[in-house]
Amino acid sequence: MSSAHVAAHAVHDPNTGTTGLDNRKMGMWAFLGSECMFFGTLIGTYLSYKGKSISGPTPHEILNIPLTSVSAFVLLMSSLLMVLALAAVQRNDMTWGKIWLFLTALLGAGFVGFQIYEFTHFVHLGLTLQTNLFGTTFFVLTGFHGAHVTGGVIWLLSLWVLALRGKLGPQDSLKVEICGLYWHFVDIVWIAIFTLVYLIP
Amino acid sequence: MATHAAFMPGEAAAAPSGLWSWITTVDHKRIGILYGTSAFIFFLVGGIEALIMRLQLAAPDNTLVGAQRFNELFTMHGTTMVFLAIMPMSAAFFNYMIPLLIGARDVAFPRLNALSYWVFLAGALLLNASFVVGAAPDGGWFGYATLTSKQFSPGQSIDFWVLGLQILGLSSLMAGFNFIVTIVNMRAPGMTLMRMPVFVWMSLVVQFLVVLAFPAITVALILLMFDRFFGTLFYAPAAGGDPLLWQHLFWIFGHPEVYILILPAMGIVSEVLPTFARKPLFGAPVVIYSGIMIGFFGFGVWSHHMFAVGMGPVADSAFSIATMLIAIPTGVKIFNWIGTLWSGSIRFTAALYFSLGFIAMFIMGGLSGVMHASPPVDLQQTDTYFVVAHLHYVLFGGSIFGLFSGAYYWWPKITGRMLDERLGTLHFWLMLIGFNVTFFPMHYLGLIGMPRRIYTYAPDLGWNFWNLVSTVGAFLIAVSFLVFIANVWKTMRAGAVASPDPWDGRTLEWAIASPPPVHNFGVIPTVHGRDELWLQKHGDGHGGTPAPRPPAPTRQDLASIHMPPPSYWPILLAASMLFMMSGALISIYQVVLGGLLTLYCMFRFALEYHRPHPQESLR
Repeated sequence: MSSAHVAAHAVHDPNTGTTGLDNRKMGMWAFLGSECMFFGTLIGTYLSYKGKSISGPTPHEILNIPLTSVSAFVLLMSSLLMVLALAAVQRNDMTWGKIWLFLTALLGAGFVGFQIYEFTHFVHLGLTLQTNLFGTTFFVLTGFHGAHVTGGVIWLLSLWVLALRGKLGPQDSLKVEICGLYWHFVDIVWIAIFTLVYLIP
Repeated sequence: MATHAAFMPGEAAAAPSGLWSWITTVDHKRIGILYGTSAFIFFLVGGIEALIMRLQLAAPDNTLVGAQRFNELFTMHGTTMVFLAIMPMSAAFFNYMIPLLIGARDVAFPRLNALSYWVFLAGALLLNASFVVGAAPDGGWFGYATLTSKQFSPGQSIDFWVLGLQILGLSSLMAGFNFIVTIVNMRAPGMTLMRMPVFVWMSLVVQFLVVLAFPAITVALILLMFDRFFGTLFYAPAAGGDPLLWQHLFWIFGHPEVYILILPAMGIVSEVLPTFARKPLFGAPVVIYSGIMIGFFGFGVWSHHMFAVGMGPVADSAFSIATMLIAIPTGVKIFNWIGTLWSGSIRFTAALYFSLGFIAMFIMGGLSGVMHASPPVDLQQTDTYFVVAHLHYVLFGGSIFGLFSGAYYWWPKITGRMLDERLGTLHFWLMLIGFNVTFFPMHYLGLIGMPRRIYTYAPDLGWNFWNLVSTVGAFLIAVSFLVFIANVWKTMRAGAVASPDPWDGRTLEWAIASPPPVHNFGVIPTVHGRDELWLQKHGDGHGGTPAPRPPAPTRQDLASIHMPPPSYWPILLAASMLFMMSGALISIYQVVLGGLLTLYCMFRFALEYHRPHPQESLR
């Protein structure tokens, strides 16, 4: 009897399993665990090559900490907006839900814009992928982070478009929450990269 | 739209048939069969590569293949056996058996599961397409940079290898996320973690290894790709790069990979032995803890593959001790398996023979492994045939024996037909003898100095006889697999029909029909202990009452089951990914076009069931 009850329950709530967590959310956590190793390996490579370049430019000659602090602030603020977006969707306030989703994506795009400016500026200063170990490791590490942010922006804009079409509501808040998990993760990775690459001399 | 496609089980419902139903399937059982079939085909391809190598080495100064072709053969043999044969054979059992063993109707993400398979196939095809264009990878399965850097491997062969492995890694990662969620979150009521069958436990450990180890090789391959395509300096010692970077990144992945290959086989053996000894697995919790320990230590021993590069005594000692520590949980498991057999009522079936072969051969491989764990000994053995012997005792004597034990054990459940036990036993003995004739002499050849990866040797080195013996053994192994194929051929046409529970099994898969219906369980069972079906049939063996059997499903139960409808987006997404990745070998325009196609397919995949009618989603 109890099994029949549980089976009937499972039909009503298809994605909630043994642990009471949603499958999709747990899958996202597993993915983020894997991403930790991905960025851990990239950061480890950067650190093991730190100071090993046999020619310039070196990091302290070229990194613009004030400028990147602004872009880091922009990215961290987008995390705040992400929280507001999720809260708005959860309470069925789709007007603000749309606004916050769009602004989160906008700040993310702003961060990517800063990065594009930074990369072109560095290339003009003579630092490219092929210049030295610093250029190689710096561009690949921050570039892969930027690619993750870009992916997040596309994801956020997709949710925003769904919301504009009226296809996103409180019953879909889990999709916003999962996107938020990814978005916060990408932010946290930037805190690690910003500290290790820019702030520590 | 999807309503008409939703499967409505009941006595009248039959599984859909035809090629299209296989291409669009999201059923974990069919995906398991696809994995198993593809893996077996690639296993034969890798085996043929091995036979050509053995023919070349059968006699000194042989000229069957040249040095370049030989390099391609050992590279593709290793890559194929690891990524295209053993891993997907394990994946076949994960797919088919895990939902059945935990009392679920499918995996957590059925379409992602289909995507994993098609992406695997895409990577496998890309890798083997290199033969067609005459640029087969030749840098070893480990692909050491700087050997694989543009300077020393200017052609496209390494590009095929890098891109192929990148795609295969993606497939493994997606499967890893899927099975972690499936195992943790989709167990039947009452199936606590410690009541989970040991095969499911070992699978769970493997998924964690995949999810945490594959990013390391993903990054290593990305860096190599950037070096080769964009001129970065990661593996350029002339620019100050560390010549060991690749080796570290590769083996941080590579050693957990070894456990990714062996733990599924250990799980299978832990299911087969109790069934055919008619006893519970001796000290099952300890077997589980040992598996977790092996997985955990597996991340701390990678540099024992690098003792010969000169890391210094401190690093050598640390990695040596960690490596020796792994022998402890492994040894514990072996004693538990022997303890399971001890005073059991043993039935000698083909499945049991293969499990016994696994234990015996794996002990030998494990012992030579402990020898390598000591750096001074390892320095003598590095890059000799002794290492070839060792790794084949654990990967062939271990993984392949274990996986074929699983194949003989679960064959009736998967196909609904019994395999011929006499042919199965013949397969086992031929394979056991052929295996030892092939690989045991390699210990000796290695100790008297024969290096690995040489394509020929001079006649006066004393290596002639044992190389010939080894080649004869390799063909004996080939004959044993012909027996297996004959067995499958014969029994699929006219084999005895399997009952739901032909072995008097212990776990939930034997409680349902062979082969299982599309929805697996009419009523999701409630679990009362480890070996739930045994508890239902025979009680706990200490006079307790048998566990209650689940009620027969009513028409209402069956009508309330909704399985996910088929989808063609997984194969389209995998195809567009393959199109994009292969563009890296052809033209940037193909990469861009492929990327856009991939993005489009991802959207269609993601939004296919956005806001479904509640009953259309899984279960």
